[in-house]
Amino acid sequence: MRAVKQFLSKIREINLRYAKPQVEMSRAVSFSLAVLRIYLFLLVVLMIYKFITVIKVI
Amino acid sequence: MDFFSVLYYRVKKVWKAVRLYLVIAGPGLVVMIADNDAGGITTYAATGAKYGYHLIWFLLLLIPVAYYVQEMTVRLGAVTKRGHAEAIFESFGAFWGWFSLLDLMIVDWLTLVTEFVGMTAALSIFGVPAWLTVVLVVLLMSIIVLNGRYWTWEKIALGFCLLNLIYIPAAFMVNPSMADIAAQGLIPNLPGGLNNELFFLLMANIGTTIAPWMLFFQQSSVVDKGLQEKDIKMGKIDTFIGSIITVAIAIFIVIVTGTLLHGAPIDDAATAARLLMKTNHYVGAFMAIGLFDAGLLGAICISLASSWAFGEIFGWAHSLNTKVKEAPWFYISFFFTLATAGVVPLIPGAPLVIITLFVQVVAVTLLPAALVFLILLLNDKKTMGEYANTPLQNIVSTIIVVAIIILSTLYGVSALFPNMFN
Repeated sequence: MRAVKQFLSKIREINLRYAKPQVEMSRAVSFSLAVLRIYLFLLVVLMIYKFITVIKVI
Repeated sequence: MDFFSVLYYRVKKVWKAVRLYLVIAGPGLVVMIADNDAGGITTYAATGAKYGYHLIWFLLLLIPVAYYVQEMTVRLGAVTKRGHAEAIFESFGAFWGWFSLLDLMIVDWLTLVTEFVGMTAALSIFGVPAWLTVVLVVLLMSIIVLNGRYWTWEKIALGFCLLNLIYIPAAFMVNPSMADIAAQGLIPNLPGGLNNELFFLLMANIGTTIAPWMLFFQQSSVVDKGLQEKDIKMGKIDTFIGSIITVAIAIFIVIVTGTLLHGAPIDDAATAARLLMKTNHYVGAFMAIGLFDAGLLGAICISLASSWAFGEIFGWAHSLNTKVKEAPWFYISFFFTLATAGVVPLIPGAPLVIITLFVQVVAVTLLPAALVFLILLLNDKKTMGEYANTPLQNIVSTIIVVAIIILSTLYGVSALFPNMFN
């Protein structure tokens, strides 16, 4: 239990340490990150679709 | 007299450069040769068996691709003194950081399983039971990693890299026709036209050349070795030589299977080794030894890539220059990853095909993100200063990265939906 608490507090500490991105958020950077989010979202949707179709077959 | 003075001066200068290279050489060579891991050997063996020498030209194209991507990690590591995971956390925040770290952990573990599958299959050809292979590999890697010095680890890893050259004598032993190699292999062509099968194999070859763990590994390795800005030039030469060697090894494998197994259905490198043994015992044995070595090199680097990344983020001591007492979590995470992945091939009926499929799919989620972060980080002039990407480097690396993202996405999607592109 203590180990879990320590682990969670470490995660919180890391989140706090890296809360603010250090890279200069130029238009190019913001655009790249937005495209990356959309790309990953579509990929996750595809994976969920595949998972559901496999489950249906089983 | 003047001639001899000039000659002496030039030889001395070259020898000094060679000695400096030998000191700095390592991360680039190891990462590139380890890139020809068990999965890579299978891909090249299948490429040769299916299309003979016809795709050698395509493999040659992968030299600049591998070089341009990996040399960016050398600059980034030498300038920032941070591993790739830490660089992502710091520059893009915790969300992208956790995404990359967890994705890396999953894809590394799954890839590690495929390395163990390759190693156990390779040694089973010599009658070694799978459990013994796993135990021997874990013991061997403990000896390599626990010596407490990065330098020693690197030299041992370079020794295993040398063993990877075993495919070169194997290729000469099969007496390939040089005229056929030049005529069929060096002129760009798509045998049978661009069909689904050829496209899948081309994408698999790209997928084995650039893997997410390579970015994390080389950058962390550069940091752990302590390379400075002044070493970047030699680090880039190291990476370039490594990219040539890795493609050369791939070509020699293609020549072996293209000469002796052309037309045979090859699903994995171990099957290729078994079939080769029937034709030429030594060539088959070389293929099996090379497969084991490739899996071992892959396992050494992949498990380290994860441990370095975790150490960077969790603030644990995470250097091969530290003893177990000084960096317990670094070594615990290393052996935990290794041991759990090693157990999987020993489980009867383990879903190894699904694991291989998952490696491809999960890698597709991580690779584009890692590559985009790499280019953005290399354009951060505040951090990179004079080592930031030049406009020409940006054009070349962006073209390469966009091409890799498109092709690896198609590869991952075709792995999920095999009939999509029919």
